[in-house]
Amino acid sequence: MNIYVLLKRTFDTEEKISVSNGVIADDGAEYIINPYDEYAVEEAINLRDEHGGEVTVVTIGEEEAEKQLRTALAMGADKAVLINTEDDLEEGDQFTTVKILEAFFEDKDVDIILGGNVAIDEASGQVGPRLAERLDMPCVTTITDIKIDGTTVNIERDVEGDVEKVETTLPVLVTCQQGLNEPRYPSLPGIMKAKKKPLDELEIDDLDLDEDDVEPKTKTTEIFLPPEKEAGKVLEGEVDDQVKELVSLLKTEAKVL
Amino acid sequence: MSKKVLVIGEAREGSLRNVTFEAIAAANIVSDGGEVVGVLCGDGDLSEMGQEMVYYGASRVITVSNPDLKTYTSDGYGQAVYQVIQDESPEGIIMGHTAIGKDLTPKLASKLESGLISDATEVIAEGGDVVFTRPIYSGKAFEKKMVTEGLVFATIRPNNIPALTRDDSLAGSISEKEVEISNIRTIIKDVLRKSSDGVDLSEAKVIIAGGRGVKSAEGFEPLEKLAEVLGGTVGASRGACDAGYCDYSLQIGQTGKVVTPDLYIACGISGAIQHLAGMSNSKVIVAINKDPEANIFNVADYGIVGDLFDVVPKLIEEIKEMKVNA
Ligand SMILES: Cc1cc2nc3c(=O)[nH]c(=O)nc-3n(C[C@H](O)[C@H](O)[C@H](O)COP(=O)(O)OP(=O)(O)OC[C@H]3O[C@@H](n4cnc5c(N)ncnc54)[C@H](O)[C@@H]3O)c2cc1C
Ligand SMILES: Cc1cc2nc3c(=O)[nH]c(=O)nc-3n(C[C@H](O)[C@H](O)[C@H](O)COP(=O)(O)OP(=O)(O)OC[C@H]3O[C@@H](n4cnc5c(N)ncnc54)[C@H](O)[C@@H]3O)c2cc1C
Repeated sequence: MNIYVLLKRTFDTEEKISVSNGVIADDGAEYIINPYDEYAVEEAINLRDEHGGEVTVVTIGEEEAEKQLRTALAMGADKAVLINTEDDLEEGDQFTTVKILEAFFEDKDVDIILGGNVAIDEASGQVGPRLAERLDMPCVTTITDIKIDGTTVNIERDVEGDVEKVETTLPVLVTCQQGLNEPRYPSLPGIMKAKKKPLDELEIDDLDLDEDDVEPKTKTTEIFLPPEKEAGKVLEGEVDDQVKELVSLLKTEAKVL
Repeated sequence: MSKKVLVIGEAREGSLRNVTFEAIAAANIVSDGGEVVGVLCGDGDLSEMGQEMVYYGASRVITVSNPDLKTYTSDGYGQAVYQVIQDESPEGIIMGHTAIGKDLTPKLASKLESGLISDATEVIAEGGDVVFTRPIYSGKAFEKKMVTEGLVFATIRPNNIPALTRDDSLAGSISEKEVEISNIRTIIKDVLRKSSDGVDLSEAKVIIAGGRGVKSAEGFEPLEKLAEVLGGTVGASRGACDAGYCDYSLQIGQTGKVVTPDLYIACGISGAIQHLAGMSNSKVIVAINKDPEANIFNVADYGIVGDLFDVVPKLIEEIKEMKVNA
C-alpha cells in the first residue's frame, strides 16, 4: 500500500506564547510534531506492517522541519519529503498549503493519506478535507479506528462524542483524532536507521508552481494576546464561609446567578 | 458594500442548533444591509425550521429535502449546498464551527477555491472590510483575519456571537430546492449515540465539569445535582473520560468540545493546556481543587482550595438557600 502522512511542525504544546513585532515570537521555542499527526504516523506504520507497502511523510515548511521528519522516520516511516517554501514564499494560508499538496500528489499513486484533524497552532482543521476535495477522494475526519480489507475501509469516527461507523473504499483521506492509538517513542535503533532513510527536499518550482498560483486568500491583520486576566480570587477561611462568599460573589460581582 | 450571505443551518434531534441563529447574526454583520439567506438540508418537511431562521433574522430560506440528506455525509451535503451556492452566487457564507461545519466548509471552500476563516469568536465590519477574530495556539493568543479576495467564508464558534432577538412578526419566503445527489462515497453504517440527554454542551450557559479528582462514576452525582440547581449541564476532562467515570461525549478541550458558557465550574481538574483550549474563553470560571498549585487556578476567576466532595454539597445547599431567599 502507498501510505502518505501529512505532518506539520508546531510549537510545543507547553510553550508560553508571546507576541513581538506583530508575530508570535519563536526564538528559543521548542517544536514538536503536531500531536494529531503523531497519531497519523503511528497508524500509518501499523497499516504498513499489516498490509505491506511504504509510508511517506510529507511536510511543507522550513529547513528546520527536517528534525520532525527525522523523528517520524525514527518512529518507523520509510521516506520523508520536505517541501521547503522558505526561499520562495512569504505568505501562505490553508489555500496555499493545499495547493502545494495537491501539486505534490498529482502524479502519485496513493492508497491512503492520513493527516491530523487539527494543527494545535493555527487550528483551522481545513487541510485534510480541503486536500481530499482537490484529489477527488472520499474524506473521513476525526477517526478513532480504521480497518482495511482489500479496498474496503471500515472506520469509526468521533462526532462530538458519538461514534459513527463509516464504510468507504480506497483511496481515502482520513484525519486522526485522539483515541486512535498510542504513538510510539522512537527507539535508539530507529533513530540510527532514520539517519539513512531518504529525505527528499523539494521547492514549489519542482512542482511546477509559482508564487501567483499559491497566493493566499486570507490574511492575518493582527495577532494579540488575550487581555491579561486579573489574578483570580482564591477564597480563604472555613469551607462554609468560602462557599457563602463564592455564592455571593457569583451573584453580586460576576452576576451569573 | 452590501452582500448576499448564505447561512448554512444545522439541526440536532429535530430542532435547529442555537449556533445557527448566531450564524444569522454574524451573517447580518457581514452582509452590511444585504440579504441573509438561510439554507437547510435534510429529509422531510423543513419549513418550520426555515420559519425559525426567518424569525431570527434571515431574509429568506432555501430548504433542500432529499432522502440522501437524512443523515449528514460530506458528499451528500457537499453536493446539495454546492448546488445552492451555484444558484445563488453569494458573496459570503457563514456556518457554525461544529462537527458538521468543520467537515463540510473546508470541502466547499476548496471546491470554490476560496479562503475560509474557521472558528471565529467575533465578527466586525471595519470600513468596507469584514474582520474576524479567532483563537490560535490553543487559545493562548488571538488573530484578526480577513479575506483578501472573493467570498467571505467563515465558521463561528458556538456561544460567542449573540443571536438576534427572535421576532415572530418577521416575514420571509421559504422556498424548496430540488438537488441531484449521486455517488455518496462514505456510507454510515451505524451511529452509537453517547450523548446522554438533549443538552448541547457547546451551547450550555452553565457547565459543571469534573476531572480525575471526581474519582468514580458515582463521584459525578454531586456535580449533576449542582448542575440541576443552576440549570446547567455536566462536562468532563479527558482524565475523567479516560478513567471511565463518564462518557467521552462529555469531554471538553482540544479533542473534545469547545465551550464558552457564562459560568464554568471545574471540580477536580488540574487545568492541562488541552483542557484549557476548550474552556478558557468561558465568561466566569470557578475552580475547586485540593491542590493550591493546580494550573486551573491560573485561569479561574474564583478558586476554592478544598475537597470537592466537601465543597460541592455545601455549594448546592447555599445556592438553594439563596434561591429561597430571592
Ligand atoms: C508559504 C506559507 C507561508 C505561511 N505563512 C504563514 C504565516 O505567516 N503565519 C501563519 O500563521 N501561518 C503561515 N502559514 C501556515 C498556514 O497559515 C497554515 O498554518 C497551514 O495552511 C495549515 O493550516 P492549519 O495550521 O490551520 O492546519 P490544520 O488544517 O488545522 O491542519 C490539519 C492537518 O493538516 C496537515 N497539515 C497542516 N499543515 C501542514 C503542512 N504545513 N505540511 C503538511 N501537512 C500539514 C496536518 O496533518 C495537520 O494535522 C504559511 C503556510 C505556507 C505554505
Ligand atoms: C493530543 C492531546 C489532546 C488532549 N485533549 C484533551 C481534551 O480535549 N480535554 C482534556 O481535558 N484533556 C485533554 N488531554 C489530556 C490532558 O493533557 C490532561 O491529561 C487531562 O486534561 C487531565 O485531566 P484531569 O485534570 O481530570 O486529571 P489530573 O491532571 O489527574 O488532575 C486531577 C486533579 O484533581 C485534583 N483532585 C483530586 N482529588 C480531589 C478532590 N477530592 N477534591 C478536589 N480536587 C481533587 C488534583 O489536585 C488534580 O489537580 C489531551 C492530551 C493530548 C496529548
